[in-house]
Amino acid sequence: MGTPGNSIIGAAVSRIDGPAKVSGKAQYALDHPLDNVAYGVGVASTVGNARIASIDTSTAERMPGVLAILHHGNTEPLFRPAEQLEHSRAGEIRPPFEDDQVYYYGQFVALVVANTFEQAKDAASRVQIHYDVSKPAVLLSDAPPPQGPPRIHYSRGDADQAFESAPVKIDETYVIPVETHNPMEMHATIAAWDRDKLTLYATTQGVVNYQKVLSEVLGTPLENVNVISPFCGSGFGGKLFPWPQSMLAALAAKRVHRPVAVQVPRSLMFTTVGHRPLTQQRMRLGATEDGKLVAIQHDVVQPTSMVDVYVEGCTGVTTMLYDCANLTANQQLVRLNIGTPTPMRGPGIVPGLFPLESAMDELAIQLKMDPIELRLKNYAEQDESYSPPRPWSSKHLRECYQTGVERFGWSKRNPQVGSMRSGNEILGWGMASSTWHAGRGSATVRVRLNADGTARASCATQDIGTGTYTIFAQVVSQKTGIPLDKIQVVLGDSSLPNGPTSGGSTTTATVLPAIARATEAAINSVLDAATRTPGSPFFAQEGATAPKLAMANGRVHIADQPPASGVPFEQILTTRRIAALDGEARTSPDPADEHKVSSHSFGAQFMEVAWDPGIARLRVTRALTVIDAGSIINKKAGTNQILGAVVMGIGMAMLEETIYDPRNAKPLNNNFADYLVATNADVPELECVFVEYPDYHLNEYGARGIGEIGLAGVAPALINAIHHATGVRVRRLPFRVEDVLGAEKATVI
Amino acid sequence: MQTFRYSQARSVEGAVRSSGTFLAGGTTLVDLMKLDVLQPNAVVDINPLPLAQVEALPGGGLRIGAMVRNSDLANHATVREQYAVLSEALLSGASPQLRNMATTGGNLLQKTRCYYYRDTNYACNKRQPGSGCSAIDGYNRIHAVLGGSADCVATHPSDMAVAMMALEATVHTQGAQGQRAIALDQFYLVPGMTPDKENVLLPGELITHVTLPALAAGTRSHYLKLRDRAQYEFALASAAVVVRVSGRRIERVRIALGGVGTKPWRSAEAERALEGRDATTENFRRAADAAMADAKPLRYNGFKIELAKRALVRTLETTTQTA
Ligand SMILES: Cc1cc2nc3c(=O)[nH]c(=O)nc-3n(C[C@H](O)[C@H](O)[C@H](O)COP(=O)(O)OP(=O)(O)OC[C@H]3O[C@@H](n4cnc5c(N)ncnc54)[C@H](O)[C@@H]3O)c2cc1C
Repeated sequence: MGTPGNSIIGAAVSRIDGPAKVSGKAQYALDHPLDNVAYGVGVASTVGNARIASIDTSTAERMPGVLAILHHGNTEPLFRPAEQLEHSRAGEIRPPFEDDQVYYYGQFVALVVANTFEQAKDAASRVQIHYDVSKPAVLLSDAPPPQGPPRIHYSRGDADQAFESAPVKIDETYVIPVETHNPMEMHATIAAWDRDKLTLYATTQGVVNYQKVLSEVLGTPLENVNVISPFCGSGFGGKLFPWPQSMLAALAAKRVHRPVAVQVPRSLMFTTVGHRPLTQQRMRLGATEDGKLVAIQHDVVQPTSMVDVYVEGCTGVTTMLYDCANLTANQQLVRLNIGTPTPMRGPGIVPGLFPLESAMDELAIQLKMDPIELRLKNYAEQDESYSPPRPWSSKHLRECYQTGVERFGWSKRNPQVGSMRSGNEILGWGMASSTWHAGRGSATVRVRLNADGTARASCATQDIGTGTYTIFAQVVSQKTGIPLDKIQVVLGDSSLPNGPTSGGSTTTATVLPAIARATEAAINSVLDAATRTPGSPFFAQEGATAPKLAMANGRVHIADQPPASGVPFEQILTTRRIAALDGEARTSPDPADEHKVSSHSFGAQFMEVAWDPGIARLRVTRALTVIDAGSIINKKAGTNQILGAVVMGIGMAMLEETIYDPRNAKPLNNNFADYLVATNADVPELECVFVEYPDYHLNEYGARGIGEIGLAGVAPALINAIHHATGVRVRRLPFRVEDVLGAEKATVI
Repeated sequence: MQTFRYSQARSVEGAVRSSGTFLAGGTTLVDLMKLDVLQPNAVVDINPLPLAQVEALPGGGLRIGAMVRNSDLANHATVREQYAVLSEALLSGASPQLRNMATTGGNLLQKTRCYYYRDTNYACNKRQPGSGCSAIDGYNRIHAVLGGSADCVATHPSDMAVAMMALEATVHTQGAQGQRAIALDQFYLVPGMTPDKENVLLPGELITHVTLPALAAGTRSHYLKLRDRAQYEFALASAAVVVRVSGRRIERVRIALGGVGTKPWRSAEAERALEGRDATTENFRRAADAAMADAKPLRYNGFKIELAKRALVRTLETTTQTA
């Protein structure tokens, strides 16, 4: 436990929810002990494109324990979520069972509800569905070419002309396959109605949005829906928005007059609840002989589903990372019979940086220039994506490069391909820049100081495993001096004061000021009570001016005297015989500030691979990440976020790929054995360094977000390292042994 | 999952008489029952049988009970010291949790990891004879380049069995007809036109144990498995080598390959190319070419030919290099 007071901000604090998690006391969605729960198991389509000709439930209905079978033919359609009109968002705008069409493999076409999970699963396998099947569009080449204006278009200067006349050019196309979120806890919801009130026990990155969406699709007043999600077994973006199983649970619970639990099985995690879409990205760089970028052109094609539009904004990062006068960016969408994509950790920037930072490496090689020198030569002193350009709120990327160079030993790098050895293995060193846009939203927080000497902070945000609980306690502790073990934090309940969705690495920056203001408000109430309560040592007799008070170390004291001279704050409350005093605050970013500066985190990532050419084996052996993300509020949680993201990046570069069968749109590797993520054995010792420059633009603590940036440059840095070792440029992720054997690489896109 | 009868075997004879599907570690069987790929009416749990011993044979060699867990076998002192190839193969397979459950008998009889075999919505001749093969025109990166037929190209994915092939193991069984000893080399079948027939076991026949012959003094062995990630993945290609060298001359060598064949692939061609010759990289390469001479690549697995050769060359180098 850190010591209370100022030092607790920035300390390496163990998470306060850790003991509950490791002892199994933490309740995840399906752990909530409700009476009389029935289980819903979905019947998912086994074809990618079809009309449902008939559904025969006669056998299934007669099976033991079966309570109901819901499908489009016997269920009142749900409403669509209002989305942009109401700032709500569902994973997929089409609610389940809206019509008789199958738009993708794994779409829910029925839900069997039974007394037990096993009964429901058994009956679900006996529901007979007949489809009128059409050929699904699964590969990019199956889709009609994109029509109409691009979804994203950006232009500055004259990039066509500048590229045309550039003396040095790179023009390559890069592909990232579909990647699937695989949090440990699969999507799950228990829905329980009490007359017209609905409680949903869910696993989500946003209880407030979840509540809103469910109220919209059910046509129920907002206050009748409550969403509870005290713990989330990770989301990685996949749980930002509610998916069909939540709506089906609510429908089914209404139908059978019992709470109903619905979990998405691992196989449907690959089809039915989002994924990072495939992107095919052409990157053109034009430069002068001495390495000054004169043109960048970034063109992206990305599939979305047949039922919704999801845009993976890959080009934004290209428009801001380097100084370049002439730039165009375009992104087109095509439609495939694959479920709706959704944000995955670092949406847009992570896939966008792969081609940009790969192409920069290719350019450096062509120019015979050090890749860091090339990046410094094109260092963006301001954010040129705006017109006129905006200054950065705080940028220390140069120092990230420098720190990385020193710690990694970059000066010992021989740029010659295959020139560096360790025993029988060839080493490859690569690097890439990383960045993430910093943002902040609105939040309301309530803080209560209790007469038993404890404090409680509450907010309808949630801790998705990142350490949000702990950050709340840290700020309350810093302001009051109450130790962490006497501070209770209550999150993950939509009936609490409105808090942010945990996404975009914005939660910390958003909630910090609200916690601080709410704590101050609660303290002020206590100080006020201290002067107004007979029996309090600070009670101001009639006519006398109240002394100027403060609170520190959990004690109320006269401001210009030491805390020890005062009394424990709870003494004021007990003297007044009240249980507690509350403070509440809502904070929002200042709109006047918003357009003045551009706020981003930055980083530099350095990777080493070892290649054993005799057996074509390539492994990651070192990974250093240097991050400029403002102040780090909790070193332990912060480091954990970065290192976890690097592990994910190793998966992205070396392993991950959802492989679809073009014949029926099934992801063939829809399980944990066949969909490869990094195991511990794939991950070397990881190092993370923060260069800490507080960025007071976002909040008084100077903190930006760190949830995503750690992933941003890993894949290109690794691919650049692989090139350095092997001379092979991998432009289609993930790296495969085929790449270094010169063999045809299975490319199902 | 189909409803089934469950019973426990009390004796080897009782198990053989039971006419149910044997349940050992369950890591293959239960997995495939949940997918409806295997739908036994009756499951006979053979865990109570006294088949979990590893014993030295009087005349040398080792007797391994069918119920010996993969983790126990891998860490058995004699196995580690004298049959390194087997210990290494076992430890390269699956995950620690799976190895703690998986048994010697079950491992020999594990099913393929072919995507199409594991999904009842696909045609698959192995699962449903005559229905067709979805892999031949499908995503066949993990499939076999050796021993395939027009009806099936699924790999036998066991690592342990590859090591046992190179060790010239014998499978001992008890069936209605009594006991049999079957050389492992004769145990597996290539798919041909009957890919559902994977081995020579008769219905109800129980594997009781496996024996390994003693190895001559100075014999070295090694298993090398190549795959996309460092752990917890089946082999793309693997090699097991058991070799004895005198001076530079290869006196005796046994070679098997994994991840590339429709059965654990013993390569007599490679052995012939090496015995009596010097242990040189050129000779190893020639042996590897011989081992893969009949390989037939499919659309996506051509790289396995070269990968298997490299695995073999490296394994031969490792086992013959002078310390
Ligand atoms: C995710 C995953 C990854 C894996 N990775 C690997 C890997 O990398 N390498 C590898 O080699 N293996 C791997 N395996 C396979 C694993 O090794 C096998 O599942 C295991 O060895 C099977 O042993 P078991 O005792 O659990 O068999 P069971 O599942 O109990 O039985 C398998 C089959 O053998 C029959 N059987 C069992 N014992 C006998 C007997 N004594 N006599 C007659 N018939 C019998 C059963 O009836 C059944 O048909 C993996 C498995 C999984 C699930």
